[in-house]
Amino acid sequence: MALLQIAEPGQSAAPHERKIGIGIDLGTTNSLVSAVKSGQCVTLADEYERHLLPSVVHYSEASIDVGYHARDNSNADPANTIMSVKRFMGRSLADVTTHWDQLPYHFVADSVSPRFITPMGELNPVQISSHILSALKTRAEARMGDEITGAVITVPAYFDDAQRQGTKDAAQLAGLKVLRLLNEPTAAAIAYGLDSKEEGVIAVYDLGGGTFDVSILRLNKGVFEVLATGGNSALGGDDFDHLLASHLARQLGLDAVTEKLNHRRLMNAGKEVKEALSNADTSLVSIKLEGGEQSTEVSVQLNQLNQMINDLVKQTISTCKRAVKDARVSLEEVNNVILVGGSTRVPLVRQQVETFFKKAPLTSIDPDKVVAIGAGIQADILVGNKPDSDMLLLDVLPLSLGIETMGGLVEKIIPRNTTIPVAKAQEFTTFKDGQTAMLVHVLQGERELVDHCRSLAKFTLKGIPAMTAGAAHIRVTFQVDADGLLNVTAMEKSSGVQAEIQVKPSYGLEEAEILDMLQSSMQNAKQDMQERMLKEQQVDASRVLEAMHGALAEDGEELLSDNERKAIDHALKSLGLCAANNDIDAIKQAIDVVDKLSQDFAARRMDKSIQKALAGHSVDDI
Amino acid sequence: MMNYFELYNLPEQFVIDLIKLKEHYQTLQKLTHPDRFASASEQQKRLYLTKNSQVNDAYSVLKSPVLRGEHLLIVRGVELPSEQDTVGDVEFLMEQMEWRESLDDASTEEALEKLVTDNFNILVTQEKVICELLSHNTDENNQAAAQELAKMKFMIKLANEIETKLDRITDS
Repeated sequence: MALLQIAEPGQSAAPHERKIGIGIDLGTTNSLVSAVKSGQCVTLADEYERHLLPSVVHYSEASIDVGYHARDNSNADPANTIMSVKRFMGRSLADVTTHWDQLPYHFVADSVSPRFITPMGELNPVQISSHILSALKTRAEARMGDEITGAVITVPAYFDDAQRQGTKDAAQLAGLKVLRLLNEPTAAAIAYGLDSKEEGVIAVYDLGGGTFDVSILRLNKGVFEVLATGGNSALGGDDFDHLLASHLARQLGLDAVTEKLNHRRLMNAGKEVKEALSNADTSLVSIKLEGGEQSTEVSVQLNQLNQMINDLVKQTISTCKRAVKDARVSLEEVNNVILVGGSTRVPLVRQQVETFFKKAPLTSIDPDKVVAIGAGIQADILVGNKPDSDMLLLDVLPLSLGIETMGGLVEKIIPRNTTIPVAKAQEFTTFKDGQTAMLVHVLQGERELVDHCRSLAKFTLKGIPAMTAGAAHIRVTFQVDADGLLNVTAMEKSSGVQAEIQVKPSYGLEEAEILDMLQSSMQNAKQDMQERMLKEQQVDASRVLEAMHGALAEDGEELLSDNERKAIDHALKSLGLCAANNDIDAIKQAIDVVDKLSQDFAARRMDKSIQKALAGHSVDDI
Repeated sequence: MMNYFELYNLPEQFVIDLIKLKEHYQTLQKLTHPDRFASASEQQKRLYLTKNSQVNDAYSVLKSPVLRGEHLLIVRGVELPSEQDTVGDVEFLMEQMEWRESLDDASTEEALEKLVTDNFNILVTQEKVICELLSHNTDENNQAAAQELAKMKFMIKLANEIETKLDRITDS
C-alpha cells in the first residue's frame, strides 16, 4: 500500500483523527442515513429509534416538517405535503404528469421544470430534496456527535445526468459535501460483498417505492465492476399500492370524484394490504371514507394481488433479461442475486426473481437498509478512514451520450455501459465564413432520433476565431466524471483558443440559480458562514502545505529543477504566512499559486508512481 | 495522441498478453481512480480524473482486436483509410451485399445462428491475417493491415445486426 500513500499524501494528516463520512439512501418513499460506528456500518435512528425517514415534506407558513409526521398527516393537507419528490428530479412537469395524473399539488403554470406552490413560496424538486437531506444530516450530526465531513448519496443506476446533477445540487443546498454519487444496486453489493467476500457475477434486483433497477456486477480482487445496468425510474412498489387502491375503490363502489377525494386514504389502505400479504394469504383492511360515519372492511386475497401486479413484475423480469444480456454473461454465471427495496418482500416478486435467476436470492441484510449501509461503508473509505482498503468501485455510464446532428439525428459520442470516468473528443467545424459561435445540443438515450432521446443541455461555444467556413477545427471534449456527470470543454485547434461555454440545462437548474438558492439559504447565518469558510480555507491551506512538504521530501530532488524548486518553496512560504491570518481571499489565492506552480510536479509524480507500479509488480504487490 | 501500449507498459505489438493487460488495468485503476482522491486537493482530483479517463479508454482500445490494431497503426504513424476507401474494393462490396441479402432472408433462429457462426469464422480468419501483417512493421504490411481492419469493422457491424435480429426473434 505504500505506493498509494505516496500518491495522496494529504490523507495521513493526523492518524488518530477520525472523520465522519455518512451514507445516504435518498429514496422515493423512504430515506436513510448510515455511518460506521465501532467498525460496523449501521443505519442511524431518530430519537424514537426509527431508522427510516419517510421522504415526505410538509410545508406550512411557519415550518418545514419532514418524515413520519408529515406523512401521517398527509390527508389533512395533501396539496402542501410533497411525497415522492424524487420522481420530479431532473424531469419536466409533463414527464411526471403523464405517468401520474392524479397529483394533489399546485404547480406554477407555464414552467417546464416543476415548481410547487407552497406556503413557503415556490419550491423546486432540488430544494424539496435538500430539506430531506438536511433532516438526515441533522440526525447524523446528533447521533455521531460531530461534524460530517462528507456524504455518499445513492441514486438509481438508471438516473440520467440531469437527475444526478439535481441530487448533487440538493446536497450542496443542504450543506453536505458529496464524496460520490453511488448507484443504489452497487451500494447493495458493497454491503454484501464486503461481508461475505464474494467473487463472481452478482445481480442486484432493486424494487423500491418508486424506482426499479437491476445491475449486473462482477467482483474480482476487491474490485467491483458494473457490467450492465437497466431499470425503469417510473416503476415501483407505489404502483402496487396504486393498483390496490383502485381495486379497493372498485370494491367499495366509489365513483371517480369520491375516489379522488379519498386518494390518500385508499393508497394508505393499499399499502397496508400489500404489507399484510407478504406474510399471509388474506388481508382484511378497514377503510373510513372522507366524511364517512363508519369504516368499511374489505378483504383481499394474495392471488388477487398477484394477478394485479403480474404484468408489472413481468416487466421487471424482462428488464433483468436484457441486463444479463448487456452484461454478456450467461444466467448460469450469475452466482448471487441480491434483493433490495421494501417491495421485494412481496411474495410474487421473490418467486419470479428466483425462477428467472434459478437461485434463491440473498436477503440476510434488511432490504430497506442494505443500500444505505453500502453507501456508509463507501463514505467511510472515501473520507480516508481506511487508507489500506483495497476496495475500488468501477462504474459505467447508464445511458449513451450523444449530440444532435443534421436532420434531428443523434450521433453517439459515449455509448452506455462505458466505464467511467471517460473523456471523448469530437471535432466540429464551422459552415459559414466568419462564424464565431456554435451550438452543441447534448442528449442522453439509446434512440436515433433527437425527439426520442432526453435533451440534457445546450452548450453555446463562443469566441471561435473568425475564419473561412470549414477552416476552424473545434475540438469538443465530453468528460464524464466518476459520478456520471458530464462536463464539456471546447478548443479551436489551429489557434489553441479556448472557447467559452454557456450551459443551458434542458431540465433542472442553471448554475446561477443554484448560487442564488445557496445565498438565500445562508443569509440568516451569514456570520456563521464567514467563520466556517475561514476555518475551511485554513484547513485546506494546512492540508496543501503538509502534502507539498511530504511530496517535496519524497521527490523534490529527483523531479524538480533548482528554479522550479525555488519557486514552489517561495509559494509555500507565502501560503504559510497567509494561513495564519484571517483573509479568506488571500489564503485562497495563495493556494491557487501553489497549485499552479506545482502542477507539473504533481503530474510527474503521478507518472513516476504509475511507472514504478507497472514495472515488474503484479497487482497483489501494491 | 497518447500511446496506450506505453501507458500499460506493454510491448507495441498486435499480440498482447491479455492477462497482463487485465492485471495492469487493475493496478492502474487502484492508482488513478477518483475515489482514491475524494479528499485530495482540486489539483490532484483534476489530474487523476484525466489520467483515469485515459486508463479506461486505453483498456477498451487494447482489449478489442480491431481497436488495438488501429491504435497500433496510429502509433506507427499510419493514416487510417476512411470508410469510402474501403468501399472501393469491389469484391468486398459484393460480399457485403450477399451478407445483407442473407441477413434479410434469414427469418428463423437456426438460419440466424448459422450466420453468427459464419460471421465469427470470418472474423477469426481476419484477425489471423491482421496479426500476420502487423507482425512486420513495413509500409506495405501496414497499409494492407489498415484495409483489412476496415473490413473487419464491417463484419463486426454485421455481427451486431445479426445479434439484434436474433434478439428480436427470440424475445417474441
